[in-house]
Amino acid sequence: MADYLSNTPDQQIQMLKEIGLNSLEELYANLPQDLILQKPLNLELGQSEFKVYDTLKELASKNKVYKTVLRGAGVEYHYIPSVVKQLSNREEFVSAYTPYQSELSQGILQSIFEYQSSMCEITGMDVCNASVYDGATAAAEAIQMVIEKNRRKILVPKNIHPQVVSVMRTYTQWLNIEIVDVEYKNGVVDMDDLKSKCDDTCAALFIQHPNYFGLLEDVMDISQVVHSSGAKLVQYTNPMTLGYLKTPRANGVDIAIGEAQPLGIAMSYGGPYLGFMAASAELVRRLPGRIVGQTVDEVGKRAFALTLQAREQHIRREKASSSICSNQALMALTASMYLATVGPSGLKEVAEFSMRKAHYFASELVKIGFKLKYTGPYFHEFVTVSPLENTIMERVLDEINVLAGLSLSSHETLWCCTETTKKDDIDRVVSRLKEALV
Amino acid sequence: MSQLIFERTVPFRRAVRFDVCDVPEVKLDEKYVRLSKARLPEVSEVDIVRHYMELSRYSFGVDNGFYPLGSCTMKYNPKLNEFTASLEGFTSIHPDQPLSSVTGTLELMDQLSLSLMEITGMDAFTLQPAAGAHGEFTGLLLIRAYHNAHNDNKRTKVIVPDSSHGTNPASASMAGYTVVSVPSNDQGGVDVNALKAVLNDEVAALMLTNPNTLGLFDSNICEIARLVHEVGGLVYYDGANLNAIMGTARPGDMGFDVVHLNLHKTFSTPHGGGGPGSGPVGVKSCLVPYLPQGTLIKEAYGYRYIDARDTLSIGRMRSYYGNFLVNVRAYTYILSLGSDGLKSASQNAVLNANYMMNALKDTFPVAYPQTCMHEFVISLAQLKKETGISAKDICKALLDYQMHPPTMYFPLIVHEALMIEPTETESKESMDYFIQVLKDLKQLAYDNPQKILNAPYTTPVKRVDDVQAARNPILKYTFK
Repeated sequence: MADYLSNTPDQQIQMLKEIGLNSLEELYANLPQDLILQKPLNLELGQSEFKVYDTLKELASKNKVYKTVLRGAGVEYHYIPSVVKQLSNREEFVSAYTPYQSELSQGILQSIFEYQSSMCEITGMDVCNASVYDGATAAAEAIQMVIEKNRRKILVPKNIHPQVVSVMRTYTQWLNIEIVDVEYKNGVVDMDDLKSKCDDTCAALFIQHPNYFGLLEDVMDISQVVHSSGAKLVQYTNPMTLGYLKTPRANGVDIAIGEAQPLGIAMSYGGPYLGFMAASAELVRRLPGRIVGQTVDEVGKRAFALTLQAREQHIRREKASSSICSNQALMALTASMYLATVGPSGLKEVAEFSMRKAHYFASELVKIGFKLKYTGPYFHEFVTVSPLENTIMERVLDEINVLAGLSLSSHETLWCCTETTKKDDIDRVVSRLKEALV
Repeated sequence: MSQLIFERTVPFRRAVRFDVCDVPEVKLDEKYVRLSKARLPEVSEVDIVRHYMELSRYSFGVDNGFYPLGSCTMKYNPKLNEFTASLEGFTSIHPDQPLSSVTGTLELMDQLSLSLMEITGMDAFTLQPAAGAHGEFTGLLLIRAYHNAHNDNKRTKVIVPDSSHGTNPASASMAGYTVVSVPSNDQGGVDVNALKAVLNDEVAALMLTNPNTLGLFDSNICEIARLVHEVGGLVYYDGANLNAIMGTARPGDMGFDVVHLNLHKTFSTPHGGGGPGSGPVGVKSCLVPYLPQGTLIKEAYGYRYIDARDTLSIGRMRSYYGNFLVNVRAYTYILSLGSDGLKSASQNAVLNANYMMNALKDTFPVAYPQTCMHEFVISLAQLKKETGISAKDICKALLDYQMHPPTMYFPLIVHEALMIEPTETESKESMDYFIQVLKDLKQLAYDNPQKILNAPYTTPVKRVDDVQAARNPILKYTFK
């Protein structure tokens, strides 16, 4: 058994004596005795490292690791540079607490400040918080940033990731906030429907760009409509794409949020991920979560500290706009390292190559009889209508160790390519699918 | 101190290079394309390594030294957990993979839930919440769904003790409740008479942690739970302090209806500089119908996730199923310790805290001087009055001794509070050293307070100006 105790039984006895007790059980003498468990927990006894590792390895080996992953929908397989894996594992970062004691934590604080700066740079925004749980909860938290007394409607197009909308609805179910659907036309936001619904009771429109179907939205046009009724524009985005695409800020967006898993974080079967929230300067006091600021110490040296804490739960308690305490700090550090490691050219390449691979794959699929469901421009994801039923297609590809795109309906598939998707693998997939069509 | 990574930029330097793209170029309409490259750092791999190595030197983790942060349970983070959480069969799995391709993961999640049920005495668990506060919000939504399903909609209030962690009332507000505070009695427990005075059919729930934030086990807990149930309310357990009682007592036996755990506290997963954590929520069977979408359930034919077809569910709390790799670490820990190790861990957490409290009780007044659980609170109010040296000043002085200070100014009901939680993994020698340092500092406060006011001396920066940080916020790097 490992218990990671340092003190030996002899030392424990000595310590017990010093406090006038004879046994560990006596430490609980003040508890109502009928609460004291009379039997051990019905769990196995502790095991050696050797045995535990074996057990976990066995479990992990029962999972299928696909060689080629063509499924995205917000979680993607990108190459994670070795230096990022190595350095993000340093025990000083991993085993540290939240940096409330500034003088002892300048390394952590500076790394968060750098993360905030990098995210502001790629989104074009003025402020970014130190992270929230994931992209979906970032969207839910952003609602509190835009709600006003007389603006309690949130417009959400139906082409946003369904899990994101679902979380937004869960978070607001007991608050006097209405979430209103906006239709899409040919896969993108229906401007007529938007105009009809965007009035002075709307707090904001949330869009996803590139959207759930991979399509590019006309964000500038949308922003004009939204702002003309006094509402705000929130863009949910995959930050990897911002290596190539115009910044949310340049498009007139007020708040940029999203899932930053593509920035150096493993797919991890759902978490831990990284929700980011960045906004224009005037919204800083409505941002939830921790924020690191630059300041000076007693002798004028540059230093960093958690700041604007009066927004947070430990100060405002029931008046806080969010209860968030623990965030995704280590994932933010990882993303920040990733962005420094790929640099501006590298991030552009990751985005551009992902886009090019997707377009190549799409054109090859079209050649063998697949149809693109939507005609508009797209980035690194796209939806096909297939002559083959999805369950058959998934099985066929599974046999060659490929995870097919996400099934949206019996014959519709959402495909994703990244810079890791090899042309050879695309060709292999297409050729196998061609065989299956015969 | 060190340069910012942006200040290390040398134009055209890069670390990672990608292979030449093997597919044709694509031109998107200009209107979509970025006007100029992001001004991310342009640095070499060596630059990156040197930079982050330097930042790591200016960080302090449990692996660096003593970390007696009350309420945080900074126990040792086992390295085995890092290896199991890095197994490719766990890390390289897309969350939308078919269930048949992830049977190992589903089994792990199921076994973890079963273990947590046994440890806490609850009937079912969801592993979805990403942190304790997220678990609190989930639990409160479960409570609200329960009352709503029973057409009991005048229950608009949630009661929290005045000693509670800030996330409790904040989470209650997020669920649309009004928060009512109930005072502590002179033993540090819930004042039962004050509680009775606010209990009525408008109360949805009482949120408690036990042991409480003073490190004391509230022996009225069963009666408190009964009183709340009597008026039709439910009782919520904040599991932040579970490290005191594993294997000895269980919240499910005390009458709690819903529980959250902090895996990054009790179950040894690392704090990561502020996260990621994991806040699984356990429930009694009456709340099972409302569990969130994305919760794994086992049915006759196999596993599935709660989804939109489960119409009573509170909905989805986040994407996918939870901070899975954090959950892997906790599961590894539970297997390593087992029933015997978990009990021993909690017993030693309590022993260590009592040992320190006993050694310090003649130096600083202990806020509530009875046997404590896994943490205790001392007050430096008298020291401040007599020497001008505050709890904060003592904490800053401690920084020079390569130890992390205790939690300061929490709970709010004790003046000049320092909350000390050594955890079970700390050795007698390191605790003795800390005790001696505190005694020395107290003496110094009387002999030469200025020496303390000028501390810290050996940290990379001197006392940081928090006021300026808030007054003139500089929240990102300004490019020249």
